[in-house]
Amino acid sequence: MSGLRYCASAGCLARGSGALMEALNTAISRGELGDQIQLRPVGCLGPCSQGPLLALDPDGDLYAGVDPQDAETLVAALARRLHQSSDQATPLEWAPARGQRLDLSEPFFQRQRRIVLEHCGLIDPTDLEQAIAVGAYGQLERVLQGWSPEQVVTELQRSGLRGRGGAGYPTGLKWATVARMPGARKVVVCNADEGDPGAFMDRAVLEGDPHRVLEGMAIAAYAVGADHGFIYIRAEYELAIERLRLAIEQAVDRGRLGAGLFGTGFGFTLELRVGAGAYVCGEETALIASIEGKRGTPRPRPPYPAERGVGGRPTLINNVETFANVAPILREGADWFAAIGSAGSSGTKVFSLTGHVRRGGLVEVPMGTSLATVVLEMGEGSPHGSAVKAVQTGGPSGGCVPADQLDTPLDYESLQALGTIMGSGGMVVLDQSTDMVALAAYFMAFCREESCGKCVPCRAGTVQLHGLLEKILAGQASHADLDQLETLGAMVMDTSLCGLGQSAPKPMLSTLRYFRGEYLARLEAP
Amino acid sequence: MSVRTLRIDGRDVASADDATVLEAARDAGVVIPTLCHLEGLSPVAACRLCLVEIEGSAKLQPACITPVSEGMVVHTATPRLQEIRRTVIELLFTEGNHVCAVCVANGHCELQDRAVEVGMDHARLPYRFPDRPVDLSHPRFGLDHNRCILCSRCVRVCDEVEGAHVWDVAWRGEHCRIIAGLDQPWGAVDACTDCGKCVMVCPTGALFHKGDSEGEKHEDPSRLAALLRARHARQEAP
Amino acid sequence: MSLAAKLPKLRLATVWLAGCSGCHMSFLDLDEWLIELAPRIEMVFSPIASDTKTYPEAVDVALVEGGVGNSDNLALIYQVRQRSRLLVSFGDCAITANVPGLRNPLAGPAAVLDRSYLELADGSAQWPHAPGLVPELLERVLPVHELVPVDLFLPGCPPPAERIRAVLDALLRGEQPLMEGPEMIRFG
Repeated sequence: MSGLRYCASAGCLARGSGALMEALNTAISRGELGDQIQLRPVGCLGPCSQGPLLALDPDGDLYAGVDPQDAETLVAALARRLHQSSDQATPLEWAPARGQRLDLSEPFFQRQRRIVLEHCGLIDPTDLEQAIAVGAYGQLERVLQGWSPEQVVTELQRSGLRGRGGAGYPTGLKWATVARMPGARKVVVCNADEGDPGAFMDRAVLEGDPHRVLEGMAIAAYAVGADHGFIYIRAEYELAIERLRLAIEQAVDRGRLGAGLFGTGFGFTLELRVGAGAYVCGEETALIASIEGKRGTPRPRPPYPAERGVGGRPTLINNVETFANVAPILREGADWFAAIGSAGSSGTKVFSLTGHVRRGGLVEVPMGTSLATVVLEMGEGSPHGSAVKAVQTGGPSGGCVPADQLDTPLDYESLQALGTIMGSGGMVVLDQSTDMVALAAYFMAFCREESCGKCVPCRAGTVQLHGLLEKILAGQASHADLDQLETLGAMVMDTSLCGLGQSAPKPMLSTLRYFRGEYLARLEAP
Repeated sequence: MSVRTLRIDGRDVASADDATVLEAARDAGVVIPTLCHLEGLSPVAACRLCLVEIEGSAKLQPACITPVSEGMVVHTATPRLQEIRRTVIELLFTEGNHVCAVCVANGHCELQDRAVEVGMDHARLPYRFPDRPVDLSHPRFGLDHNRCILCSRCVRVCDEVEGAHVWDVAWRGEHCRIIAGLDQPWGAVDACTDCGKCVMVCPTGALFHKGDSEGEKHEDPSRLAALLRARHARQEAP
Repeated sequence: MSLAAKLPKLRLATVWLAGCSGCHMSFLDLDEWLIELAPRIEMVFSPIASDTKTYPEAVDVALVEGGVGNSDNLALIYQVRQRSRLLVSFGDCAITANVPGLRNPLAGPAAVLDRSYLELADGSAQWPHAPGLVPELLERVLPVHELVPVDLFLPGCPPPAERIRAVLDALLRGEQPLMEGPEMIRFG
């Protein structure tokens, strides 16, 4: 028996894994090998920039850039091996005409520690049985049958897990706060409105292993006393939406979601809410308003969602990756999790590595891994002989880390000290050709377009800041304009109502901090 | 109800425990400028004019929604706050087309008053001169988007007090615009009761009576609070 | 001989760009105070008090009314800036573009020219076009300080005579006028 796993996530589908799958299917049926070669769709296999990706079982080999025209020879080689030997460990005598077999001993693979992505790329995300076979909903069952909600909260607190959406708020503390709130009908919300340019961690998790997130939510619901949940997902994630819909349906059918779970009195129902294209709806109060059918704009906190959330009910909001960490923490124990990563930032973090990097894709590394390890070793630096100039983390709410600071460990506090944030995990590599002023203008244009318009500093301030950056780019700005840019940037940060406005000037201020010369070089002579 | 004592700009202030910093300050005679806030409407903390510094808090807090607490020390007019307020007013003036000289609210405009208070003798930021429409479809009232500062008082008064919910905000960011109904001409929206409360609470000349010419809009938004008190008294009466 | 006559006279200019001349009318509303003012200043350039056509050198104070709306305005404002010690943006048009700026949201000057000279023409409908004689409209009417540095802002549409007097009084005493409060800086 041989197995072929092809990546059926959005990235590889865009690079032609659909056509590859069809060609493989055709070749397998033509050879009447359907019962000997199992072809399965799976989630993200990692090095997205080299897709479409194809994994071979039982060998564990990973092939990149495989062309549909290679399907015939691959199936023939598999058939030969199946025919010749009962020992399927014999290396396969085959090489793709266009693509290549990847060397799994390379840092890109070796440096990873997959917890969130442990089953991503191994199971068919559309098949609940495969998920159950690797343990899905096992922790939910265990918790429901033997743990008190307080025990679950304590375990989460002890694990040191912090919110993976960007801010890094201690997850267990958040759970404990919601659990303490009065009221029987609390709500659990999963924030899947991943909107940072260059970020696709949550999409990969949802496309590759959706049940892990549903299980995390159900456990959270039990811990905080909720009976209903929402997954708020951006409309652009069509495939993830489709897989989530199917996953919810399957889980309900198999008694993993719904009333009286695992013979207990606990029930949890789940609804999918699709956004309408507003970045600001990733902000929790705007997200709640949007779920309620209102205009998706933030409101001041307090009251926090834990006190008053969806429909006025106490609400727990966590990000996709946060929920995806819950089952392994309970399975392996809080101590196990706390021992991974660095002090203050336990566990792993999934990053989407993009931009001017030779090997881009999805990586999961222990917290505290250095940026240099991820970008230079795993990503192998910038292509075309150019050197890495900086790395943008945290998208439009973050900042850049210059090349000479790449030995910074990836943890919440270290990145903050550099003027950027961990963010949700987008990591955009910038090579020497990058114009840092243009980069700042790009992110400011993004925030200008995505401002909800409710508070004055963000609505009108981002427009003025963008105008000033354009003026600098056009070579028409003076030193006074640069002063105004910095003053207004600080004002928008200090006075905006929500995180969008409060962080909108960050990419600009961060490029000013590390690449001020690029700004000065564009100013008019005084 | 119990009492909280706090310090606002060096003055000892006693206030009800459910008061906001803004209310406590006003009772004590300390004026904190506001625009989106209006007594009688739910607070939105959107204009950011009333931001104050509270000792022990790294972030500036909007006085209109921040509750008082015992021993709180508030600063309402530091140089930093004054600079912020002037910038907020400049951002409002430069994002719309506020031509006081030809405005119905000239001389009776909260935006104009705030500009004086923050010392804005000119805008240091460039004017943007956006192209915005005017809706004259209602038989009695008009809406000039050029003069709208998106404070959303009209939206709130129509929803919360009149109960008609004619108004809403559409689009986002710099493209935000007050809309009637489902972005229909105001005159075509059946839900409108022609009550004029939106005109009354509008801080600028954006909403106006059609007959009014330059400087002739003399509304008093604080009448809303009186109206609500009267309504409340009537409901309480046997 | 009075004391005022002994002091060097302030070289005052008033300039009229894209505006309605209302600020100048308000200046004339100073009425009898103008008689007090006269001996203390030398009016070196003004549409209402001087026949000089070229902007002179070494001006002490220039009151500039109006936004910058056409090619003549643009040339003049640079000259005014260069040759004046203290440039005062005089009135709302100079400070905000105000009424002349109402055309700014329209895309360029064509819309106003069409409306004024073609659509509303009684006869011989045509755009005014005489290079060197009739200045061309700029894309937008701009506040003065968006083009050259301005030393003092004197808002109002028009600034009331009392406000003008308070400013000139302070300047004549060699003091910086205190521009605050509704009496001094209210727009409109």
